[in-house]
Amino acid sequence: MQQKLGSLFDALLPVIATLAALAVGAVMLLFLKVNPVEAYAALWDGAFGSSNAFAETLVKATPLLLVGIGICISFRGDVINIGGEGQMIIGAVLATWVGLNFTGLPGWLTITLSMMAGFLGGAIWGGIPGVLKAYFSVNEILSTVMMNAIAVQLMNFLLRGPMIDPAQAEMASQIPQTARLEEIFRLPRLAPTRLHLGALIAVIFAVLVYILLWRTTLGYRIRAVGQNPHASRYAGIKVQRYMVLALLLSGAFAGLAGATQVFGVNYRMITDGSSSGFTGSAGFNGIVAALFGGLHPILTIPASILFGALLVGANKMQRVVQVPSALITALNGLVVVFVVSSEIIRKRRQRRREAVAKRDDETPPPAVEAGNKKIQQAEVGS
Amino acid sequence: MSETDKLPSGRARINSLEMRGITKRFPGVLASDHVDFDVKSGEVHALLGENGAGKSTLMKILYGLYHPDEGEVLINGKPVRISSPTDSINLGIGMIHQHFMLVQTMTVAENVALGLPSSRGALTDLDRVSKRIVELADIYGLRIDPSAYIWQLSVGQQQRVEIIKALYRGAALLILDEPTAVLTPQEVDELFVIMNQMVRDGHGLVFISHKLHEVVEISHRISVLRDGRMIGTRLTSETTKQDLANWMVGREVGFTPDRGQVECGGPRLQLKDVSCGSDRGTPGLRGISIDVCSGEILGIAGVSGNGQRELAETITGLRKTTGGQVFLEGNDITGFSPSDVTDRMLSYIPEERMRDGMIKDFTVAENMILREHEKMPYSRYGFLNLREISQHADQLIKKFHVKTPSRETHAKNLSGGNIQKIVLAREIFRTPRVIIAAQPTRGLDIGATEYVREQLLEQRKQGVAIMLISEDLDEILALSDRIAVIYEGQVMDIVPRAEATPAKLGLLMAGVHPEETPA
Repeated sequence: MQQKLGSLFDALLPVIATLAALAVGAVMLLFLKVNPVEAYAALWDGAFGSSNAFAETLVKATPLLLVGIGICISFRGDVINIGGEGQMIIGAVLATWVGLNFTGLPGWLTITLSMMAGFLGGAIWGGIPGVLKAYFSVNEILSTVMMNAIAVQLMNFLLRGPMIDPAQAEMASQIPQTARLEEIFRLPRLAPTRLHLGALIAVIFAVLVYILLWRTTLGYRIRAVGQNPHASRYAGIKVQRYMVLALLLSGAFAGLAGATQVFGVNYRMITDGSSSGFTGSAGFNGIVAALFGGLHPILTIPASILFGALLVGANKMQRVVQVPSALITALNGLVVVFVVSSEIIRKRRQRRREAVAKRDDETPPPAVEAGNKKIQQAEVGS
Repeated sequence: MSETDKLPSGRARINSLEMRGITKRFPGVLASDHVDFDVKSGEVHALLGENGAGKSTLMKILYGLYHPDEGEVLINGKPVRISSPTDSINLGIGMIHQHFMLVQTMTVAENVALGLPSSRGALTDLDRVSKRIVELADIYGLRIDPSAYIWQLSVGQQQRVEIIKALYRGAALLILDEPTAVLTPQEVDELFVIMNQMVRDGHGLVFISHKLHEVVEISHRISVLRDGRMIGTRLTSETTKQDLANWMVGREVGFTPDRGQVECGGPRLQLKDVSCGSDRGTPGLRGISIDVCSGEILGIAGVSGNGQRELAETITGLRKTTGGQVFLEGNDITGFSPSDVTDRMLSYIPEERMRDGMIKDFTVAENMILREHEKMPYSRYGFLNLREISQHADQLIKKFHVKTPSRETHAKNLSGGNIQKIVLAREIFRTPRVIIAAQPTRGLDIGATEYVREQLLEQRKQGVAIMLISEDLDEILALSDRIAVIYEGQVMDIVPRAEATPAKLGLLMAGVHPEETPA
């Protein structure tokens, strides 16, 4: 019974941590002379208050989830991928190019090809640092961040030059954006809201990644290499190859996230010249969502929805109670800090449980005891 | 206080320390059950017991890391309260942990001073610390340079730093937790010289070990713990190794396992003039030629670092050869990848089982298929067959008596003996043709050691060719049919078991041919 309560507590820990973060946020709101109840009501209303609001939350959650499941793969393989932003961008560029140029094909085919192009683009952008790490010992944190910078400049060049919307090219404003996708090449909407097929794709892939990691030989190897490269080599696994694969797959899902943003939300690739101008920082926030979900692809689904809700709800809160947008950023940060800290509590509890289990293990279980009757009879001193 | 009550370090002696009726309960386990234990000044009191017998619990209570549920500690007849390591240090109790608590990038003096207030307030007093270290080192015969960095020191020297640290803090009574586990035989001898000196000077020592010959050599009294209970205390002079082993395990222990004669079949593993490099870039193996026959255990004896690791790694494909050939059942396998060698039914029990043989955060079931995870029936079309994997794990857990809460338990939560049983189960179950067993019983308690040895002998009976690489001469002598001694990457000699004596092997291990020495 006590054990059950314990595991329930563990499961609820992120929720408790989120509430605690909101409580601290409430104090900050009070300092701003804003009624926290009113502010949080607005936040809730903005995220879940109507079908439109909820759809918006899911739209924001979609790229977080896709990036997040990629992060699950790479972090499980002990490869730290900070390059989600760049991978999203390259994936989107390639997908957009396909969507704008393969216009003679049926809609579903062009969409499929575009999504595959997005996947491929991200895979290339993740694969390069993967190869550098595996074969040239280049630190992947550094290289993925650098790849982000390269991707941004490439995007700015393409969106201002070769891929610029012909309409913009003629105007003086020169907004860096591509032409609009034709209607038949857009991801279909799932309801009379902005919710698009990308959300469903993301959930399906989350399940597939779960299967990949725990039900396939490939996943076994990625996890083995991540946990212990020495033992993996002993087991006959080509360690470097799986390091590259982990980062490559991780990048591929980020690329897909970029593609769904273009094909499901904006219908064109658009930026303000910065990375987040296109991605909305989903390449970074996806990491947080994955960590929040314990690097488990299925648990990353609710984690992504939570962060999606915070993003959407915060907008509404800002409008209703008139707080500076910096507060919204601070609130997001608080949630992350609290949840990551609560992880320490969970780990400590787990360690204590395991220590108990280990001690139990050292005293023989009844079955062994019965088998060793002879031993007890031969006890010295009797 | 008279002069004789003082130790050379200037501290008061602890004439007697008694632990009375110590009881400690953990959830579901009685780790210490009304245990009485005492140490006097001027003696080595050895504490024996298998893993999990309660040795560490008892000593952690004495050092203030755990608090007993019942019982009391008396020093010189007066009850004392130990609620933290600080208390125990102030009372003159020091502990040398099995795993050293040293900062590698700091000097000896810095490590000794670490955590102590400086005599100069905010400024460091490392010169004074160094002077005191030299004084103590002189008194106790511990040769150590206070300005040396820890990473420059050998394991034996690092241990001496730990001893100095304890003496510097005024330890009159020292607890040594398996101090010899990490030392070479020579370093063990040096440690014993130091220990004897300390005892003559009036220190009391608690020596924890499960190596019986060491315990018999160094201690004055021996206490045996089993399942949290004190089985008894005897004078060392009144016991034998056999008695002690029986006490610890609670039953008769066979020291030389029965092994029938097995006819040597054809050579299954052949090394012809094999050479390879070492991790340091120097030659690891220098032209080794050995055969291992079917149904034979070939022991590889030698002081650690003479090419044992390289030998195992070249055969298993983990290390590239720079010359020579390796044959498995007549087929040249030189330069094969580890998975190709595995496919040829060669099994390998690696020396560092936690590093090479096991993935700590994988479940028992996942570890059981580590070597064959991509093969039928565990994997089909790239998908893991969880039902087969579970059945396989359950079968091996039962067959090899692995003590684990379940097959889904993470390997890191098991004891060393059970982890080795998993490695053994995995490597034996696939019915190998050849087994390379590197230090298969290192760090295991007597029960588990016995089990591993029995399993190896059983494989020998099945006709498997076994190469046993061990630094434990007793183990080599107990199991091998022939013994090859390696020294600096070369085979000194191959001796049949019947002609092998520890003295002869010892000379070979030191790089000396017995016939070369004047009789």
